Amino acid sequence: MGPLLAQFDPILEGLMRAIWLLLTLNYEVYGIMLLTLFVSGVAVIIASVAGIPLGAAVGLNEFIGKRPFMSLVNTLMGLPPVVVGLLVYLLLSASGPMGPLQLLYTPTAMIIAQIIIAAPIVVGVTVSAVGSVDKGIRDKALSLGATKLQLTLTILKEAKIGLVTAIILAFGAAISEVGAVMIVGGNIRWFTRVLTTAIVLETELGEFSVAIALGIILLLIAFIINWILTRMQWSGLRR
Amino acid sequence: MALIEVQELSKTYDENVALRNVGLRIEEGDFLVVVGPSGAGKTTFLRLLDLLEEPSRGRILFDGIDTASPNHDRLAFRRQIGMVFQRAVMFNASVRSNVAYPLRIRGIKNDLDRSIDDALKLVGLEGFEGRHALTLAGGEAQRVSLAQAMVFQPRLLLLDEATANLDPRNVSIIESIVAQINRQRHVTVVMATHNIAQAERLASKVAVFSEGALAEMGDSSEVLGKPSELLISFAAGVNAYTGQAYPLDDGLASVDIGNNVRIEAATRKKGNVTAFIKAEDITISTTPIKSSARNTLKGKVTGIIDLAERVQLKVDAGREFEVIITKKSFHELEINLDSEVYLNFKASSVRVV
Repeated sequence: MGPLLAQFDPILEGLMRAIWLLLTLNYEVYGIMLLTLFVSGVAVIIASVAGIPLGAAVGLNEFIGKRPFMSLVNTLMGLPPVVVGLLVYLLLSASGPMGPLQLLYTPTAMIIAQIIIAAPIVVGVTVSAVGSVDKGIRDKALSLGATKLQLTLTILKEAKIGLVTAIILAFGAAISEVGAVMIVGGNIRWFTRVLTTAIVLETELGEFSVAIALGIILLLIAFIINWILTRMQWSGLRR
Repeated sequence: MALIEVQELSKTYDENVALRNVGLRIEEGDFLVVVGPSGAGKTTFLRLLDLLEEPSRGRILFDGIDTASPNHDRLAFRRQIGMVFQRAVMFNASVRSNVAYPLRIRGIKNDLDRSIDDALKLVGLEGFEGRHALTLAGGEAQRVSLAQAMVFQPRLLLLDEATANLDPRNVSIIESIVAQINRQRHVTVVMATHNIAQAERLASKVAVFSEGALAEMGDSSEVLGKPSELLISFAAGVNAYTGQAYPLDDGLASVDIGNNVRIEAATRKKGNVTAFIKAEDITISTTPIKSSARNTLKGKVTGIIDLAERVQLKVDAGREFEVIITKKSFHELEINLDSEVYLNFKASSVRVV
């Protein structure tokens, strides 16, 4: 029993530590939490505002190149964050095309990287959500006198469950990724350090219980956000 | 001026011709029933009338105005037309919100409650406002669809096999509502159905479609009174016979439908007539039975078709009769091909036109 318990020690200790950090309102930990929420939240909001209309347009219309476009989107959905980070790094680095903006190692750079990670997920899932709305809804809305815009809004409303799923998946991908924010944010204390990069750092320092505490806090945040989104997803709906 | 005038209307999907060169006029106040077997182009015709699709060729005039004219918005025409589809699809929201939809998208805010109440009252679903539309039974959902199509007071109501999937009770409810809409509210109705009996009950005019073309059109009594071979050939679920009617006593007539088969019908008509008997109105027995049914014909089973919980029989009794019975009766009577059976039906089950 002894050695086995010892294996779990860091986890138990991490759990206690997480509770301790949260209850004592640890200034640095709350700062990291807020930045994490801010970066991933803003990235997902921008990705959704752009991605849902684009996904709807693609899903509701037939055009030449739709299939290649969807193959591209599906591929981008599985894009490794570290590759995205590298790309954004090259764009923003002093010698890159957007170098003069001096965005590298700022939260803005991290948001840009996470938008690139989140957007294909929003677009891809929106296309499939919109496509799975009963074709009879389209006929019905048109026949009852809907304009093109009203038709699109009606279909989006019917696809609400799928659209919220798109947002949930995009948020999950953004908040849990470490590769991109590490490269373009630099994990700078008090400035660009988020939960995932902090976990990497603490693990490298051998502070396993702190790393686990941060991991538990990350899970907690993800759970709360998903709980809120899931409530939104099913409000006023049946089936 | 006709409310709708259709000229040389054709619709082609890829290689398939769904509608070919249809021309007809629909006058204000008409109740036109479009009949034909499935695949005859009825649905395509109605979808074109509702301007849901664009014709490959030909024109549709609404109030004498070309609906494809660049000076007129198709939406403005479509907003004067209500349509009920075969399959009732509801928005994922309350019944109230479903019925309010056509008004909301027209920006109508005044008297919303009264309009919704009126529409639900019309279809006999008062008090259903708060129900969630996805919890409705099929017949109720179809009636809500009708309320949706009527709430904006259309001038033309299109029904595409709107009762095809419903139980008999809801079929007759919807039929009487639609008849009322046509007669009391003076809304022009175009209804597609493969059910000749329904055409006979409702139509002022009948158009027969076959393989995408308009085969014949005229007043209901004209078309159904002297039904063509074509019309009879797809009268699914209905037996139709042309023959000579000879009056008997007490409001009955004997109709000679050929091949020495005479049936009694509750009619005072005489001369050339068409007699319709619904397949469900005929009962089968294996021995002659004494009953109130005026008609008993001996015949032989020549065909058995399994229709899920029911069975359709073809019986040769001099003329061929189509009969639909429950599977339970079918098994209890131990019917096989070539079984000798007796057909029984009431004189009042025979509709004579």
